[in-house]
Amino acid sequence: MNFLAMRMLVGDRLKYLSLVAGLAFAALLVTQQASIFCGYALRTGSWIHDERCCDLWVMDDQADFTEANKDILDTALDRVRGVSGVLWAVPMYKGYLKCRLPDGTALSARVIGVDDATLIGAPARMVEGRTDGLRRDRAVFINADQAGDGLLLKRANPPRPLRVGDSIAINDNEAIVAGAYRATPEFFWDPVFYTTFSRALAMAPSERRTTTYVLVKVRPGSSISEVAGRIGRIPGLKAVTGDQFAAMTMDYVLKKTGILVNFGITIGLGFLIGVLVSGQTLYTFMLDNMKHFATLKAMGAGNLAIIKMVGLQAAWVGGIGYGIGVGGAAFTGFVFSKIGVAFEMPWQIPVIGAVAILLCCVAAAIFSLVRVLRLDPAVVFKG
Amino acid sequence: MTSTIQEYQSVIPHPPELAVHCRGVTKSYGAGAAKVTALRGIDLDVRTGELLMLVGPSGCGKTTLISCIAGILDQDEGRCSVFGHDFKLMPQREKTRLRGRTVGFVFQAFNLLPTLSAAENVAVPLLIHQIPRAKAIAKAREILDRVGLGARHGAMPSELSGGQQQRVAIARALVHDPKIIVCDEPTSALDHETGHQIMEMLRSVAMRSGRSLVIVTHDARIFEFADRIAQMDDGTVQRVVDSAEELNN
Repeated sequence: MNFLAMRMLVGDRLKYLSLVAGLAFAALLVTQQASIFCGYALRTGSWIHDERCCDLWVMDDQADFTEANKDILDTALDRVRGVSGVLWAVPMYKGYLKCRLPDGTALSARVIGVDDATLIGAPARMVEGRTDGLRRDRAVFINADQAGDGLLLKRANPPRPLRVGDSIAINDNEAIVAGAYRATPEFFWDPVFYTTFSRALAMAPSERRTTTYVLVKVRPGSSISEVAGRIGRIPGLKAVTGDQFAAMTMDYVLKKTGILVNFGITIGLGFLIGVLVSGQTLYTFMLDNMKHFATLKAMGAGNLAIIKMVGLQAAWVGGIGYGIGVGGAAFTGFVFSKIGVAFEMPWQIPVIGAVAILLCCVAAAIFSLVRVLRLDPAVVFKG
Repeated sequence: MTSTIQEYQSVIPHPPELAVHCRGVTKSYGAGAAKVTALRGIDLDVRTGELLMLVGPSGCGKTTLISCIAGILDQDEGRCSVFGHDFKLMPQREKTRLRGRTVGFVFQAFNLLPTLSAAENVAVPLLIHQIPRAKAIAKAREILDRVGLGARHGAMPSELSGGQQQRVAIARALVHDPKIIVCDEPTSALDHETGHQIMEMLRSVAMRSGRSLVIVTHDARIFEFADRIAQMDDGTVQRVVDSAEELNN
């Protein structure tokens, strides 16, 4: 019967291809959109994961994501340093400041100030210049990938990327580009300038609370979670690991922006279209073969055999369609990665895609089977 | 399952010389004002090894009767046993299984699966009964040889003429060696000469080893092939005659 099922299925090439194409389209939409969603979601934590130097991030207890700009008092640094289990703690400033490029282009940039003495928190992957170049007078580092994009000197003739040696103004304070680094692409798009903590404070508007984060290294042998708990008992502060901070940021972005809803709608529509297209095609295929199923039933094929036939047909087109769809999604991911589109396909996405396609096929097969199983074999004599 | 069949055999009294034994068979479709009575107390016997034709005007109940005989419709009342088995009394699964083994079908529109070759179409009843594919195809080619289509075993139905397709359908009805073959207008889609050839083939090839044939037909040109002809009208068997001449009197 498997042979009959397969020959009935692949014999009509057009319908077979329509079925496979419908399911492949559904699998492509579901896995590709989910992968892009996943890529963007994971990018929300890129900056945190690039800063691998510390065990804990200490911040205002109301801070809920990396761009929250809820600063803490500078006295917090000494209080954290006094907590049992802390090996070292350094301050970090992060804020959005007005910036003007050499050609006069004005923009808003993220200025990150790292500890003057140790430069802990400075970019790890320098592509031009050295990390200690940050100690030079008025020095800032730029992201090499943003130099020709967010930091493009559009008004220059001809336009050119910002480069090492250029002079820029941050909040009307002169700064010199002393190096360029490479970072993992981020969800947030504003250009980033790294400088020292004291220089960042000098550039930023005067405020009482000047420290955004305190980066903490836990003493060997101490429990990170216990140290975090002790820091968290200081009023107004909380301490989280990098992974927790990244998860907080992702959670905030997904909840506060339309990204989750939009991707959810796209993925849902992809699934729905897949169900409708493949369901309708499979249903039409079954209707077209109703006379043949009746003939098989008249000749002694029981309902179980018919269920197996339809199940095999649905599983076959589902498997092929899924393979093509996921393969297509992986290929588009490869192409997307070349042009900077976020694309991340962890193993869970193909599994979710498989479940979605399985549901498509099961739904389509059930709709079709209802008609086939109710089919009266006596119709074989109706011409 | 065998014991179940034997149980039915013991329940239904069935003269051994008869393939089909119907008494008081009635069948209606619909209900209330829309109720249509197709069979009104049919009494009919089909002898073992006999070719019986069911003739009569459209709507007289011929197709309903062979559907009851073949076990694909249940009569409302009366008894219709085929080699001792009344399909109506059987559970659905057993009925399907027994029908598959006992009855062969030849349809007016051939009902060949368009995506299967001639040999594969013929092999379908064997495949339904779990016979391995290679063995089923070999047997199918053997039967196709018998109906003169051995050389066209790989042809698709669309590549065959109407007469050839009907020969494939006959081979399919024979391949699992059923005890009875029911044919619904087997020649109506064919020209006279081809229809004649098909009937000759049914007589020569199908009616071996005591197999019975029940043929529903409008085609008076093939009456000569019948051992007996049952004339039906308005859901009843009017008379059963031995020849076309007798039918015309």
